[in-house]
Amino acid sequence: MSEHEYTPKSKAGKWFNDRLPLLTLGAHLTDYPTPKNLNYWWTFGGILTFCLITQIVTGIVLAMHYVAHADLAFASVEHIMRDVNYGWLIRYIHSNGASMFFLAVYIHIFRSLFYGSYKSPREVIWIIGLMIYLLMMAAAFMGYVLPWGQMSFWGATVITNLFSAIPLVGDSITTWLWGAYSVDNPTLNRFFSLHYLIPFLILGLVVLHIWALHVPGNNNPVGIDIKKPSKDTVPFHPYITIKDAFALLVFMIIFAGFVFFTPNVLGHSDNYIPANPLVTPAHIVPEWYLLPFYAILRSVPDKLGGVILMFSAIFILFVLPWLDTSKVRSAVFRPIYRQFFWILVIDVLMLGYVGAMPAEGIYLVLARVGTIYYFLHFIVVMPVVGYLEKTDPIPMSISEPVLTGGAEPSLARKINDKV
Amino acid sequence: MSKEEKKVNRRDFLFTASYTVGAVGVGAVIWPMIDQMNPDKAQQALATTEVDISNIEPGKSITVLWRGKPVFLKRRTPEEIAEARAVNMDDLPDPQKDEDRVKEGKDEWLVMLGVCTHLGCVPLKDKGDFNGWFCPCHGSHYDVSGRIRKGPAPTNMEIPKFEFVDSNTIKIG
Repeated sequence: MSEHEYTPKSKAGKWFNDRLPLLTLGAHLTDYPTPKNLNYWWTFGGILTFCLITQIVTGIVLAMHYVAHADLAFASVEHIMRDVNYGWLIRYIHSNGASMFFLAVYIHIFRSLFYGSYKSPREVIWIIGLMIYLLMMAAAFMGYVLPWGQMSFWGATVITNLFSAIPLVGDSITTWLWGAYSVDNPTLNRFFSLHYLIPFLILGLVVLHIWALHVPGNNNPVGIDIKKPSKDTVPFHPYITIKDAFALLVFMIIFAGFVFFTPNVLGHSDNYIPANPLVTPAHIVPEWYLLPFYAILRSVPDKLGGVILMFSAIFILFVLPWLDTSKVRSAVFRPIYRQFFWILVIDVLMLGYVGAMPAEGIYLVLARVGTIYYFLHFIVVMPVVGYLEKTDPIPMSISEPVLTGGAEPSLARKINDKV
Repeated sequence: MSKEEKKVNRRDFLFTASYTVGAVGVGAVIWPMIDQMNPDKAQQALATTEVDISNIEPGKSITVLWRGKPVFLKRRTPEEIAEARAVNMDDLPDPQKDEDRVKEGKDEWLVMLGVCTHLGCVPLKDKGDFNGWFCPCHGSHYDVSGRIRKGPAPTNMEIPKFEFVDSNTIKIG
């Protein structure tokens, strides 16, 4: 992994490192040559690691007080809120932590989309990242079921019923997922078990994600291949760690703002009503981070069609590296693609908005337009634009435009602005 | 050469046999791990519910819980029955006669799962464009016979297995 050989200074260190080269790994992580032009959009990897650890730590603590039983779950969550020392704080960190996790992961994903970080040779990093994203959605969904409020129960009902759209075996699969003939105590029990498991699967994938990253090294805002180590790189520590730490502090201020000042703004008041299998709340809405996919589901007037399209919206991202035909990675040098990128951002935000609105009238029209554009972007725009677009000239190295202005001063300024 | 070939064949046989036995063994262990998630005996034991229907006035309905799911029992008025039977089959996404959704001679009693066939929400009674039920989740409209008329739900609301124990009692399941 590391280009140079590492030898521990102390005798004991050398003895241990010969048997398990943990110190070599540590040295690699410290010295890891990183492009020197990484901007703040690159700090979200560290922020996401923080989010994962926060969720695991608060989750383990909550599990010490929570009871996974249909008759007791709701009361045990209220018990955490009212009786357990600092229970309110731990639960609010955990519930808002999920939202902050998704906020960070969406920024991280769109960063990749803008700077072409999913392109060769980083396809495997991208695919592992998407697997983490899928597991995050599963964990968040199951976690939302645990308080056993009205939104928990009916959210679980609607999502598990998605599988009933599968021809022939759909109903059997749904019953199997439930362990009953409706969402019931067995469902709650297994969701708790899986909700506890998934974060550790994510942790394992995060290790692979970072390992895969350290093979080719980081992409960077200009998206060119760089020599490592060279004038274009800095060691990860202290240059990147301090930048990551600063970004993390800013992120934590926002996080704390939610936890302390408006801890329920991202939730639904219906979830403070205990689950009732006889009454469905008037407006069932998933958590905000799933709304764009919910809008896609509802935009199709056919059950199976809606479910297929919703899952396709996620799975199409897996083949993205092969749908993008451009040889240039960074959108900084892709004047046409750059515009379509921002249209996609607006499109996804709009889908999120209409997903929260009733599926009728203008909202239904917007959902359909948004869904069509979403798929057109990946299936048509990315291959065609990559093929036809005349890209701007690319610098030879990171140092060239930054230090000398390069052959084209205008270009140098442009990159400087982005960085 | 021929001796060597024979050896390789013997080894191939052992490989194939080992893999086969291994696969059967793995399958035999995996199946219990999968099947344990299916409804257990306690869940299956809740399979029937008896309901007293003597207090239900014509035009009114009650909701009872059966296997964790709501069941609508509606005593329909003659006008409602006539309305359900006047519907043209071509207007139905999932064509089914009203006569086939009730017990013969007990036409006033509509007994059905109060579960929207789209994604499982409980539809609201006396709502929607067809004088029947309306699902608030994704906007499916059902008529007075519980048949899907408009919206994303693919099929009519399901009729569970039920029977009249006597004139005042219905057994569901």
